Amino acid sequence: MLGTGLLGIYLSVLVLLPIAALLAKSGTGGTSTFWREISNPEAVAAIKLTLIVSVIVVAINAVFGTLIAWVLVRDEFPGKKIVNALIDLPFALPTIVAGVVLLALYGKGSPVGINVAFTRTAIGLALLFVTLPFVVRSVQPVLHELDVSMEEAAESLGASPLTVLRRVLLPSLTPAIISGVALSFARAVGEFGSLVLITGNLPFKTEVGSVYVFGQIQNENLPAAAAVSVVLLFAALVVLAVLTLLSRWRSKHVL
Amino acid sequence: MSSEAPGALTLPSPATTRLESRPPGGARSDGAVRARKLGLRTIALGYLALLLLAPVAMIFYRTFEHGLGPVWDAVTATNAQHAFWLSLEIVAIAVPLNTVFGIGTALLLERGRFRGKILLGMLIDLPFAISPVVVGLALVLVYGKTGWFGDWLSENGIQVIFSVPGMVIATAVVSLPFVARETIPVLRELGTDSEQAASTLGASGWQTFWRVTLPGIRWGVVYGVVLTTARALGEFGAVSIVSGRIEGETQTLPLYVQARFENFDITGAYAAAVVLALLALATLVAMNLLTRRTRGKMAP
Amino acid sequence: MCLVLYTVTGLMSSMSPMKKVVMRKNTLAVLLSAGAAALALSACGSSSSGGSGKSLTLVAYSTPQAAFEKVIPAFGATPEGKGVSFKQSFGPSGEQSRAVSNGLHADVVNFSLEPDVERLVKAGLVSPSWNQNATHGFVTDSVAVIIVRKGNPKKIKDWSDLVKPGVQVVTPNPFTSGSARWNIMAAYGAQLKEGKSAAQGETFLEELFKNVVSQDSSARNALQTFVSGRGDALIDYENEAITDQKKGEPIEYVIPSNTILIQNPIAVLGKGASATTAQKFVDYAVSPAGQAIWAASGYRPVISGVAGPNFPKPPGLFTIDSVGGWKSVTKKFFEPETGIVTKIEESLGVSTAK
Repeated sequence: MLGTGLLGIYLSVLVLLPIAALLAKSGTGGTSTFWREISNPEAVAAIKLTLIVSVIVVAINAVFGTLIAWVLVRDEFPGKKIVNALIDLPFALPTIVAGVVLLALYGKGSPVGINVAFTRTAIGLALLFVTLPFVVRSVQPVLHELDVSMEEAAESLGASPLTVLRRVLLPSLTPAIISGVALSFARAVGEFGSLVLITGNLPFKTEVGSVYVFGQIQNENLPAAAAVSVVLLFAALVVLAVLTLLSRWRSKHVL
Repeated sequence: MSSEAPGALTLPSPATTRLESRPPGGARSDGAVRARKLGLRTIALGYLALLLLAPVAMIFYRTFEHGLGPVWDAVTATNAQHAFWLSLEIVAIAVPLNTVFGIGTALLLERGRFRGKILLGMLIDLPFAISPVVVGLALVLVYGKTGWFGDWLSENGIQVIFSVPGMVIATAVVSLPFVARETIPVLRELGTDSEQAASTLGASGWQTFWRVTLPGIRWGVVYGVVLTTARALGEFGAVSIVSGRIEGETQTLPLYVQARFENFDITGAYAAAVVLALLALATLVAMNLLTRRTRGKMAP
Repeated sequence: MCLVLYTVTGLMSSMSPMKKVVMRKNTLAVLLSAGAAALALSACGSSSSGGSGKSLTLVAYSTPQAAFEKVIPAFGATPEGKGVSFKQSFGPSGEQSRAVSNGLHADVVNFSLEPDVERLVKAGLVSPSWNQNATHGFVTDSVAVIIVRKGNPKKIKDWSDLVKPGVQVVTPNPFTSGSARWNIMAAYGAQLKEGKSAAQGETFLEELFKNVVSQDSSARNALQTFVSGRGDALIDYENEAITDQKKGEPIEYVIPSNTILIQNPIAVLGKGASATTAQKFVDYAVSPAGQAIWAASGYRPVISGVAGPNFPKPPGLFTIDSVGGWKSVTKKFFEPETGIVTKIEESLGVSTAK
């Protein structure tokens, strides 16, 4: 089991040790400090905002991501390859560039007539941009492997599209969608770079958790930064756990 | 899990019964199908146009609006060149590591039987939920001068933080889960039937993996690698903290973009961003070609 | 340690015979080994650090990069600077300072605020007497100004205009951008200068924050926000305003009659040959020749008699020491739990958040 051992070392170096260090840091002041830090009104507002927006964002991602993946795998249209190639760009573009461009496109003087800059909608928009690839890219490979004749058979027999979706597609796609949603949620909770320009960072209004954490680091208030990070981490963990259980349950109970 | 694909095969009964009562109207429903496909396509592409194409088009437009000259100067600047090669170097180390360990993790999670499976599954997603800035900070807390291993590392003459190894670690952390996460659903969809058949026929574990499992999950791996590479190329926050940002030494392309932006050199920033975008596109194309070419060879 | 890494690498390669695989299955092991070896090599290769005194590492905050790109070659043209090569690192002031205290090698540091140097003094990296020289440790000066739209449509002339109803103010967040604290202290100190009490000064800050529509994470981001069309006024440094105006942005700036003198520190680290060369570089940076380059980039000289642009001296110019100095100001205004600004943000946030 050399492989498992190596995997263990790898994950320790990359994840376990840093997170342990973070936990240790957040606990330096004892539990009372921890509670005081995370019940700070500004921190509470930032955490709440982050979680609410993230939930909305992943819900949109689940629907549109699956749709895009389906169109990219099952549909044929000119320029499909180009569209497919562009999907990953939100990852590769440095977040500062994403921020500048989104601000130019959806801020004052927007060429498409949408001005959402410095609102909570803008946070959602930026998050949708940076998390776009997750669901698309996790559903795509499963669709590739899934036999298209099944859908066609059902359709040609006159099954309603909803039935095809519910009976044929979703049972196979759910684990992939959940996988993508989990990643999107985690990324949305931690995202920082693309948000700083378009949100305006107003405490209590448009300041998200990661920006608050950044501020606390700048202030040498490491326990607070670590504490809020741990809370966000915990929230993400709960969501991940629920999603994992859901996908297990789902794979046992085909609706 | 393997029960799923067969479950879908035997089309659920209510639908079938309803179908039987319908008159065979092939032509009409064909048109309906086409219309629906068009509708879905329009929605999907419209969404992509607003959220993805518009920003990307704008970046390209802003980059080239003053012509090719300034762009060429920007990408051939010494520091830009160095940043380019450093970014490639980091990606070349971090992505293969994450790919191999990602496939391993996926197999372990999907095929293995052991306690704490759920924990392992969550563990690989965790680095994601932490702001990259905090990831950087956490790495400094472990491997930095005053960190847990600081004394030991410096006694042995190894510098992790503020040099390339630290940047590789930071990059690997933020792009950790992709390969595993992309591969797991495909593994599940694939089922264990053909793997079992292979081993019944006397194939060794490795043979089964190379001849049966890997060809089956190749699309998952492809997208996983593409995402890992894209993310690894574009990472700023965590790498920024552990790099020390020394120009021409520990400055990656995203750090270079940020530096150009800070210095009001918008063309330089956009040009470097376009280079990153092209690198990500090249990865996708390369992976696609690779998969297509190996498909015939690997398929059972 | 390098040995250990190579052993691990070897172990990985030995995976294949253990598993009795046929030839082409080695790819995986080869890939793994290659990755590990590359990591090991880069870890072992990068542990050298020069001490010849001919190569200096400069770690500085973001804003002066363009100016350093002129100061460094000019230093290289002097007898003292001949043949000296530079490694440069730029980033947010606080982050840069923390990086150096966490082990980033530096010979010269240049930060936005004094506390960032004091952190290195505490860490034993910078001599406690670093600021006992003719310029008190500072290399550049500037003043806090108010940037407005071209033509000044809202007729903003002074601090008091910023608290008028309907005026939208942009300033970086004082908690994420250490340097944004200059702005707050400028507005506060100006009130004291006008003869108001400390309590009145705090009330003024509260009114000012009511008009703040964006608190970007850094001064550069705040400028980006303002240029993209947000707000009527941006509180910023004079040198940033000058740079931006030169770029052709449709802005102008007003220097309030009472404003703060921004002073940016420079310091030398360590001992030995590099420290000597580093000190020569710092001496050049504060010399009349060096200061003329800074002045051309929009910074106010720290010595008198420097050739170049004429900077208007506001009648009520004051320093951070006249409002108590950084140590007391940080504690009083910016303490994460109890600071005055923290309280203001909290009371505004609680009353306006939905």
